[in-house]
Amino acid sequence: MSVETAPPSTGNWFSRLAHPGQFMVWSGKFVWPLAILTTIVFGFGLWFSLFASPEDYQMGDTVRIMYVHVPNAWLSQAVYGLMAVSALGTLVWRHPMADVSMKAAAPLGAVFTALALYTGSLWGRPTWGTFWEWDGRMTSTLVMLLIYLGIIALWRAFDDQLRAARIVAVFTLVGAINVPIVKFSVDWWGGLHQPSSVLRSGGVSIAPAMLTALLTMVVAFTLLFITLQLVRMRSEVRNRRIAGLKARAARSVR
Amino acid sequence: MSGFVALIGRDLRLAWRSGSDALTLVLFFVMVGVIVPFAVGPDPVLLKTLAPGIVWIAAFLAMLLGLDRLFRDDFDDGTLMAMQHAEAPLALLIAAKVIAHWLLSALPLLIASPVLAMLLAMDVSTFLRTVLSLLLGTPALTALGTIGGAVTVSLRRGGLIAPVLILPLAVPVLIFGVSAIAPAMSVNSATTALLLLGALSLFLLVLAPFAAALALTVSED
Repeated sequence: MSVETAPPSTGNWFSRLAHPGQFMVWSGKFVWPLAILTTIVFGFGLWFSLFASPEDYQMGDTVRIMYVHVPNAWLSQAVYGLMAVSALGTLVWRHPMADVSMKAAAPLGAVFTALALYTGSLWGRPTWGTFWEWDGRMTSTLVMLLIYLGIIALWRAFDDQLRAARIVAVFTLVGAINVPIVKFSVDWWGGLHQPSSVLRSGGVSIAPAMLTALLTMVVAFTLLFITLQLVRMRSEVRNRRIAGLKARAARSVR
Repeated sequence: MSGFVALIGRDLRLAWRSGSDALTLVLFFVMVGVIVPFAVGPDPVLLKTLAPGIVWIAAFLAMLLGLDRLFRDDFDDGTLMAMQHAEAPLALLIAAKVIAHWLLSALPLLIASPVLAMLLAMDVSTFLRTVLSLLLGTPALTALGTIGGAVTVSLRRGGLIAPVLILPLAVPVLIFGVSAIAPAMSVNSATTALLLLGALSLFLLVLAPFAAALALTVSED
């Protein structure tokens, strides 16, 4: 028996999507086109952000950090959103691919969040004069990273991944309810300690060329996430199938 | 409803008869407060500024330490499974356990807090506000701990992972708890922080039994 098996394609589109075998069939066709598309959009995005956009009149060339910082920050939130939706899929419909999607997304979200913090501190050094400030937005992003890492640790603590999925789903949803509270409290806290802080929200009115570059980079990073997510989901399906085959082989040995 | 009260009584009796868990917790709470002056130096002015934070961190760590026993014993001897098949809804029974756990792990800390206040050179008004903020904030910590305990109950290594899960979620509790007593705060913003702390506790106390019941149910089958 091979690792790849295509099941009969019966049922409606939703149940076909739910079947890991069917998923492997249709997602396989998407991986390479998506990877190529991502590369092309990244090419455009980099050209826009490095050459075709002006310097900031105050920050100079350092403004170009924004074109990698903002997409990462956006993905750090969006990936958690995807995980929360997948968690609902796991708990409500017991959708097998929702488990896989949740597990695949966690490390990606953690990496994007860490990159957002890293690029943010690289940007903060020349413009604000400090790598780290206990400012509301930075602190809540840091807490977000810790939640991602906690979820990854929880995944790794279980042997039985099917049971792990449902428990992680409960925790992911609790975290999703709590994330706005954390953000709100941290903003309030930062506001108390340092009024008129370094983060000027909307202080820079953005030039059209900059906006083009920024949006292209956001699309590029989002495509990168989708591609990586598909690849990770495919490896996870294969891993589970291999684990199943090993268990069966172990049982059949007398 | 009688089961609700009976369960609180049972948990309290079990803790009472099985020995000195609560005392150990109090000892730990006080010890954390005692080692801080060694670490930062015994300057009274500095200690006075740090005191609210130290008391909260000590309470926080003590509650994390006691978190594992919330469901562990009941899970090991099968009581938890009996609760899942009980007539009363599981969320209600967990709410009873939350109350019992708060009485066993947070109330002793409140009672022991004068010792820390004395060691950390707090004045009386700050001390009273500390007790008030702990009173309003510890239910939120207990509620979060319940979720953490329920999520990790089927893990043998759950004792370490539950605090890691709970810590980031408990950030607001710490922020509001300390804001309510920090000496630099005006009375007005301190009251706001206290009110928000109470709101957070109420919200989490409502959420926790249902989330924990869900986690226990899905980890069973």
